[in-house]
Amino acid sequence: MTMDKSMNVLIVDDYKTMLRIIRNLLKQIDINNVEEATDGAEALAKLRAGSFGLVISDWNMLPMTGLQLLQEVRADARLKAMPFIMITAESKAENVVAAKQAGVSNYIVKPFNAETLREKITKVLGHA
Amino acid sequence: MPDTMLPETAVLAARLDRIRARYPVPAPEAIAEVVRAVLATMEGDLTATETALLGEVAELGRTIAAAKAEIAALRVNDINASHIPSATDELDAIVAHTARATESILETCETLDRVAGELSGETQGDLSAQLQDATTRIYEACSFQDITGQRITKVVATLKTIEVKVAHIIAAFGDRRRNGEPESFPEAPPAEITLLGPQLPTNAMDQSDIDKLLASFD
Repeated sequence: MTMDKSMNVLIVDDYKTMLRIIRNLLKQIDINNVEEATDGAEALAKLRAGSFGLVISDWNMLPMTGLQLLQEVRADARLKAMPFIMITAESKAENVVAAKQAGVSNYIVKPFNAETLREKITKVLGHA
Repeated sequence: MPDTMLPETAVLAARLDRIRARYPVPAPEAIAEVVRAVLATMEGDLTATETALLGEVAELGRTIAAAKAEIAALRVNDINASHIPSATDELDAIVAHTARATESILETCETLDRVAGELSGETQGDLSAQLQDATTRIYEACSFQDITGQRITKVVATLKTIEVKVAHIIAAFGDRRRNGEPESFPEAPPAEITLLGPQLPTNAMDQSDIDKLLASFD
């Protein structure tokens, strides 16, 4: 399936550096319509107000974590089918299982490389 | 209670239990009072068992006194007053410095990307691709700032836990009459059940392990 690179992507992380890195890596694969949020609550407000084709979110944030954001997205009638990739340093099996059970589309462990990001985006959008 | 305990020892043990029940959280002063209470219950000649028990209690008192003296000599108050705050300040400074350096590296990379985007033609197009490949590697490497930041946050949480424990030790063994301040303990950080942060390489699952785990759900 051909990826729609004009879609809006929301990236969520409480580390500004990481937002900037992901934004630049997305730019290198021609995904330029990127918005940012620094925690789950801000992200949820942007998702409800806007039109996005993909969420790429960190897990460990306050006051709303990435997992809570995912649960809110899956419980929202309009957003529930949204492709959602978790990018996190949490690498324990129980974290991966919890994210999967909450409905995550894919899971990337930090530190990650550009190829992993590209591959997971392609896979997730192919199944979207 | 063991079957082999002598009747007089059993009576003493029961008295000790009753006294202990009055002090659910033992403090050095309380233990001293227990010793006095035990001595007050002694009547007539002491048996060999009672003498041994008294010896143990006296030894316990000496151990507590020695611990108090050692803790006082360590200037344990300094740990919470200056050592831990100083260590956390240093760690905060590391996070701030690495964040600034990473921002600067990323800014430079973005300039390189812009320059690469302006190169065209067959030869220059190849140079552009090489430049972009190089900046991709730099972007990937810059994620160290996030990982090290999370690791440092874990160390700070550990320091705060030590701070709480030290405060308890000071309250239990320190001379409260000297500073006359009410006991107060720093708030313990909230327990996080599911979030463990970056793992050490030997404990971590890598991306291929995670991919296999996710695939097992399909």
